[in-house]
Amino acid sequence: MAPTPRPSPPESDRSGLPRPTNHRSVSRRALGLGALAVPGLLSLAGCGPDVGNGGPNDIRIVDYYNTPADDVAINGTFSQCAEELGLTFSREKVPGDQLIAKVLQMGSSRTLPDLLMLDNPNVQQVAASGALAPLGQYGITTEGFTDPVADLGMYDGTLYGIAPTVNTIALFYDAAALEEAGVAPPTTWDELHDAAAALTTPTRYGLAFSAIASYEGTWQFLPFMWTNGGDETDLDGDGVIGASRFWSDLVREGLVSRSVVNWGQGDVIDQFKAGNVAMVVNGPWNIAGLEADTPDLDWDVVTIPVPEAGTDPVAPLGGEVWTVPITGDEEKQKKAAALLKAFVAPENQLYMAGERSTIPGDAAAAEQFAGEHPELSTFVDQVSTARSRTAQLGPDWPRTAKAIYTANQRVLVDDTDPAEAFDEAARTVDASRTAS
Amino acid sequence: MTTTATQPVARAAGPGSAARRRARRGDLLVRYAFIAPAALYMIAFFGYPILKNVVMSFQDYDFATFFNGKAPFVGLANYTATFSDPIFLRALGNTGLFTIGSIIGQFVIGMALALYFRKKFPLSGFLRSLLLLPWLLPMIVSAAVWRWILEQDNGALNRFLEGVGLISDPIPWLVSSSTALVAVIIVNIWLGIPFNVVLLYSGLQSIPDELYEAGQLDGATGWKSFWHITLPMLRPVVSVVLLLGVIYTIKVLDLIIGLTGGGPANATQTLATRSYEMSFIEFDFGQGAALSNILILIALAFSLVYLRANARAAKNG
Repeated sequence: MAPTPRPSPPESDRSGLPRPTNHRSVSRRALGLGALAVPGLLSLAGCGPDVGNGGPNDIRIVDYYNTPADDVAINGTFSQCAEELGLTFSREKVPGDQLIAKVLQMGSSRTLPDLLMLDNPNVQQVAASGALAPLGQYGITTEGFTDPVADLGMYDGTLYGIAPTVNTIALFYDAAALEEAGVAPPTTWDELHDAAAALTTPTRYGLAFSAIASYEGTWQFLPFMWTNGGDETDLDGDGVIGASRFWSDLVREGLVSRSVVNWGQGDVIDQFKAGNVAMVVNGPWNIAGLEADTPDLDWDVVTIPVPEAGTDPVAPLGGEVWTVPITGDEEKQKKAAALLKAFVAPENQLYMAGERSTIPGDAAAAEQFAGEHPELSTFVDQVSTARSRTAQLGPDWPRTAKAIYTANQRVLVDDTDPAEAFDEAARTVDASRTAS
Repeated sequence: MTTTATQPVARAAGPGSAARRRARRGDLLVRYAFIAPAALYMIAFFGYPILKNVVMSFQDYDFATFFNGKAPFVGLANYTATFSDPIFLRALGNTGLFTIGSIIGQFVIGMALALYFRKKFPLSGFLRSLLLLPWLLPMIVSAAVWRWILEQDNGALNRFLEGVGLISDPIPWLVSSSTALVAVIIVNIWLGIPFNVVLLYSGLQSIPDELYEAGQLDGATGWKSFWHITLPMLRPVVSVVLLLGVIYTIKVLDLIIGLTGGGPANATQTLATRSYEMSFIEFDFGQGAALSNILILIALAFSLVYLRANARAAKNG
């Protein structure tokens, strides 16, 4: 499963920028730079040069798998499947935060690839725009998938995308620290609170999660909100407000650093690695990094604690889904769909899940996977009861997600009462829904 | 009579003036031909996007538009929505504070450093090139590094301030809505200093030494020579620095996105970040365009002030 050889990039231009030789040219360059400063929309005008050779059997693929482990697993699986089908492929890897801008640009210039990977919350928007082919017509189904995993690629009752592997979040803890403090891994909110209190020292916080002003902040809040009976269609309900109050109490008591409003999930796991935090909410994609960077750290994972014993844990489903954009070339769409069908076969799911520390989408494969990878079994459990973010709101989800993280930031930073903050969040969402 | 009299004249002048006219026309064509590439470039890469942005702001331009091309015109709806957005006023105020704070800081420190480097001393060249460093770093790298420095619990800045006894409790630089904007301004000042130093320094080089010698004879030294010789001579450069600074700063986006993402709780939201958020997070490109048009108008107002001041200066000079 060696990655396909890629043409080596052209010799980097060593000449680079002209070196300023005297101060005058420096200042002129400065003026030039100033003049070049144009509104950000211009960036949309730039077109990507990486278009494959475009043969009838060459499938163009766009995704954001840039880390070495992800890249090798994805590339290897595609290589094998393409070879069996007599196809070739060319992959273009886009930085994660630029994928949507790239998709929009490709959509308007009619250069969508034959296979497109999307982060699952974005599928709704792209499918709603009519850019994606229903997968059912190519014989791709979600048979064997649990409903929430199937929902990830569903828009308006039709399947547009399929996720070979999924992920979710759970609670990582420093086993040695817990033992030293004499606390057991928490299972309820009360236990989580008490454990965080016992683990907090002058140089260490008991717990950390991400409450950053981006979708990550909302994603991490969802397990607390959902298990507390909160719902994205009822932002000013008691379930949501109660979860926000639980977060804010932890921060106000100093068990969680106020800095969480500026920490992404990567920052949170870095704090855990550095020993600044004893328990963190995070995902399985960090396991490889934890093992590589901190081999001495004795960590373990449990499902995210629930408000009261006996409540089912509900975490959000993450993961990327693959879609077949409508390019107008029906023949090629068929070939792309055939490649996708092979790509998401259960044995490939198992391979990719193992390489990338994620969970197979197929329920039976996930069960087998849990047996082979006990360190990931908590995540397999969590995935079996997890929920898709967009199942209820569809394309309205991004606005709601923003309203949620903004309200939480107001609660955590300005000590705004959760009821007040989420009351306003609910009103903002309603206003934007009636406006559009 | 008159016709017969003028005709020969006209005939006599005819060939000559026609040739001259032809030559002049050819000359004009050549001139336009030289301008054409630049003009086409400007129209394609500056004119079109701005025009498109203006048109977009009157359309219901959403995610699907990119695929089906449908963007119905909605009149002023995007502008009324923008003005009634509760975050708009906050973003407008933040943009003002951010711009004014950054410009004052950058200019004062930049001027002080430029004056300092006028003196000849060992290592001055090396130190000057060191000053350029913030300018050479990609903005997003600077933002990432400053996020570590400004971290509340383990950040270098708080550790330093505590170490020297200036503060007893760590300052929540980026995580409190009252300090986040200040922190972002400080980082932007750091980023803008090289630009100011380089332009002001090169302006200082062009002031002839004789002026200072003459000033010295009249008793103008130190602050006096600065106020009466340096500053007036530097005026054209100063106005360029300030104007470009304002236009530059008013639309800073990546630094704020990298440091705080517009948070916490919208405390560092500016018109630029809000426009980005509207377009690429909420996928309301029409309203995003409306916001950035407002931004362009503000920048344009500054340019007009500058152009008028320049025209007046040219007339007086």
